[in-house]
Amino acid sequence: MNAPTPLAMSRAAFDVDTLRRDFPILRTQVHGKPLVFLDNAASSQMPLPVIDRLVRYQTTEHANIHRGVHYLSETATREYEEARRKIQRFINAPEEREVIFTSGTTESINLVAHSYGKAFIRAGDEIVLTTLEHHSNIVPWQMLAEEKGAKIKVVPVNDRGELILEEYEKLLSPRVKMVGVMQVSNALGTINPVKHMIALAHRHGIPVLVDGAQAVPHLPVDVQDLDCDFYAFSGHKLCGPTGIGILYGKASWLEKMPPFKGGGDMIRTVTFEKTTYAEIPNKFEAGTPPIAAGIGLGAAVDYITGVGIANIEAHELDLLNYAQDQLNAMPGVRLIGTAEKKAAVASFWVEGVHPHDVGTLLNEEGVAVRTGHHCAQPVMERFKVPATSRASFAFYNTFAEVDVLIAGIRKVQKVFG
Amino acid sequence: MSTSSLYQEVILDHNKKPRNWGQVADANRRADGHNPLCGDRIQVSLKVADDKIAAIAFEGESCAICKASASMMTAAVKGKPVADAEQLVNEFRDMATGKLDTAAPGHHLGRLTVFAGVRALPTRVKCAVLPWHTLHAAVNQRGAASTEAEGDPAHAPMGNAS
Repeated sequence: MNAPTPLAMSRAAFDVDTLRRDFPILRTQVHGKPLVFLDNAASSQMPLPVIDRLVRYQTTEHANIHRGVHYLSETATREYEEARRKIQRFINAPEEREVIFTSGTTESINLVAHSYGKAFIRAGDEIVLTTLEHHSNIVPWQMLAEEKGAKIKVVPVNDRGELILEEYEKLLSPRVKMVGVMQVSNALGTINPVKHMIALAHRHGIPVLVDGAQAVPHLPVDVQDLDCDFYAFSGHKLCGPTGIGILYGKASWLEKMPPFKGGGDMIRTVTFEKTTYAEIPNKFEAGTPPIAAGIGLGAAVDYITGVGIANIEAHELDLLNYAQDQLNAMPGVRLIGTAEKKAAVASFWVEGVHPHDVGTLLNEEGVAVRTGHHCAQPVMERFKVPATSRASFAFYNTFAEVDVLIAGIRKVQKVFG
Repeated sequence: MSTSSLYQEVILDHNKKPRNWGQVADANRRADGHNPLCGDRIQVSLKVADDKIAAIAFEGESCAICKASASMMTAAVKGKPVADAEQLVNEFRDMATGKLDTAAPGHHLGRLTVFAGVRALPTRVKCAVLPWHTLHAAVNQRGAASTEAEGDPAHAPMGNAS
């Protein structure tokens, strides 16, 4: 019944032009020019197999899950749970009950901050985060720290946008009860050495939450190899639907954590005197989930697996290097974030032109980039810029598209010259 | 509407050579304007005497649309009665949010109609309107304006995802 995991295509078979045919939206024209979509770090596009899966679910399989004894409910439940297993295999989680469906990375982190925080954070405890973090891996911890009287400590970055590990090590102590770190920076593209950082934290018995929102779409992720305690990511950055995401957590932690939200599906028995909770993962999955989105994410994982995450990583690195070489060679353009190890993101500053103007003018050329602080205001402050323009790549981007971006930036410079 | 109509020569010129740049030395009204979403920051200082804007200046860090809007605003309201400036604030805001048809008679926007194009770009409306909000805050001695203020008529939902 269950579809086997697709085999990845070989690097030789990896053909961008063929893959692009799976993405109808890439045929969009903007101002009469072909869309060049370089805002994949914000959200990636959805291929036909995922769109078709959503349609098939909605047209032939939909009913509420985990309840009915009837055909459709059983079908929907089976497909939803099969999606969970696909995701489990994709990140190599030991057990499927350690894979919790959430609404996205933000909710995944909030779940841990709330439930782990409730059980394990006390006044005077410390939470270690990094300067690179997205606001979604800062604010939930600040809210918790404020409530509990705990403190936030921040790992600094060097001028290339790399975490300063000596400073990180100095922050680790018995007072620290959680480390939160992103695997890949959404603002700069830096790949952080999370495996090493996790090992260092574990020496002090400190659990680590990894924000993998920008890592999962771009490089192979193995939560057992990382040995992370929690791993959070979103579906919509992985060619899947919005409104669905994942929290992986070690069962040993999840079992000790109280529920996040109360409601249906997360209980075993309810009386007005006492309610007992379901086992994980259901304990953390109150209410009817976005079932179609969950199944769609399973299909997206199949698609990515079929393309081959190693192929994706290699092609995107080629694109990034090609773009960065040209940006570096352009007078008046400065790359923000020059870490030795980067993935899929080129953040840049055009001298004398505010990023918003860069973005609006590039849009005239059909080029979609993100301009702003990328929900990472501490990063902007560290690099003394109010905002950057950010080109972020997916495996369906081409070298010709990078050329359009570069020509667009030249045009921006000419307009403002 | 193509966005190219927005970056017209006059806007680029005011961005490059902003008029009334700096601070009014003997100002009796000032306000700071801030758009936290893109980091635009401007300060407007003015001297109001006999209900007229005797002097006005601005400075700050912002995108071209915001800077040119501020520059042209100072040129437009200098020497005008405060009531006329306030009227212009309303008209400019209505133009930027698409509520005022620049082709219809009865408005006083003049050359400021070069900013009419922002109505097609919801995320840029705030850039153009920020100086005007800041002027409004200054003449009403409120001290600060934010594009995220409650009841901001220019507030349009903006993409704020990563």
